[in-house]
Amino acid sequence: MKGALRPAAAAEMIPDGASLLIGGFMAVGTPERLIDALVARGAKDLTVIANDAAMPGRGIGKLVTARAVSRVVASHIGLNPELQKLMIAGEIEVELVPQGTLVERIRAGGVGLGGVLTPTGLGTEVEQGKQKVEVGGRTFLVEEPITADFALLAAYQADYVGNLCYSLTAHNFNPTMALAGRTVIAEPASIVPVGVIPPDAVKTPGVLVDHLIVRAA
Amino acid sequence: MDAKELIARRVAHEIRPGMLVNLGIGLPSMVANYVPAELGVFFQAENGVIGLGARPPEGMEDENLTDAGGGFVSAVPGAASIDSAMSFGLIRGGHLDMTVLGGLEIDEAGQLANWKVPGKMVPGMGGAMDLVTGAARVIVAMQHAARGASKIVPRCTLPLTSLRRIDLVVTELAVIEPTEEGLVLREHAPGVSVEDIRAATAASLIVPAEIAEMQLA
Repeated sequence: MKGALRPAAAAEMIPDGASLLIGGFMAVGTPERLIDALVARGAKDLTVIANDAAMPGRGIGKLVTARAVSRVVASHIGLNPELQKLMIAGEIEVELVPQGTLVERIRAGGVGLGGVLTPTGLGTEVEQGKQKVEVGGRTFLVEEPITADFALLAAYQADYVGNLCYSLTAHNFNPTMALAGRTVIAEPASIVPVGVIPPDAVKTPGVLVDHLIVRAA
Repeated sequence: MDAKELIARRVAHEIRPGMLVNLGIGLPSMVANYVPAELGVFFQAENGVIGLGARPPEGMEDENLTDAGGGFVSAVPGAASIDSAMSFGLIRGGHLDMTVLGGLEIDEAGQLANWKVPGKMVPGMGGAMDLVTGAARVIVAMQHAARGASKIVPRCTLPLTSLRRIDLVVTELAVIEPTEEGLVLREHAPGVSVEDIRAATAASLIVPAEIAEMQLA
């Protein structure tokens, strides 16, 4: 862990055109202050990989409204009519991925696996253009791993070495994404001294985390 | 009793003690209202909780505890919070006893379409493809028709959710079991005749000599 950054400084580190894994499920467990800083910086041409596109005014919805995004990889965009319109108009490219496949593709990318073999999507539009393999008499789709330039996480607590723990349904994609970003930036609700998060409660070891976002003023 | 309540109460009758059950957003989520606590059923919300509880009292919501539709919930004693990889591991891995989902179309092969109306509505599949592929038992809870058109059709015209044959369809008119031979009419709603059901159904139905009246929880 290299230290704590203000959101604006973190947004400066993220160049236009970068690919971002962003934690959250309908904006629960999403790093809102980091997103606000990206919008304030006028970021452009980002690829966002996330469970969903949240809704206008929250989380990833704010990046869509600001036209900071050119490509979205997600399982669900149903609560973001703005993104659906931009997708149909061809202004933002959207790749829809089944939720369980998406999290495993990210996990595969983060843990050094060459992909995922899953039955999900067989015989549907999802299988188009993908390889199929048989293992033990069952057919699986081959789904490729995902990594990104940055992982932007939200956590409940961080300690001074970057260990993270999460609260309730705000875990979602965050612990998996922590492995798959080349630079990992975590925005915790609070930062506590080392030892306050017991080792058994650490879900993301600090060795994975490059930067924390400083506490909210 | 309105159509949705009738459907929810009939589906609730399918739930057995100790099951792990995932309820979809909307009508399926109403099923929980008719499942007695003493059955010891755990409801999973795929965003990350096993042991979903009722909405908390006004002003006591936790922003980090929501269901998969983003609504505030509580957690029952014995609940566990999990990340998305675990959540979909449970779903795809055969650890989920039952899922109840909505549907746009069901066909004579028992296949479901529920995630996309090309050119009109593209919300994304979210977790639906994993749920239908992986759950031990898949129940579709939906109204029999939409805008006057039967949703039970000879062949799905909308993109499929999975190749898997679903286990049971519950509507406000009937309970229908997809089998290898086709769609078998099992039960009629109170006051609804077999002729009413046939007239409201675009698909052909196999009608056994004995058709029971729906049992409601």
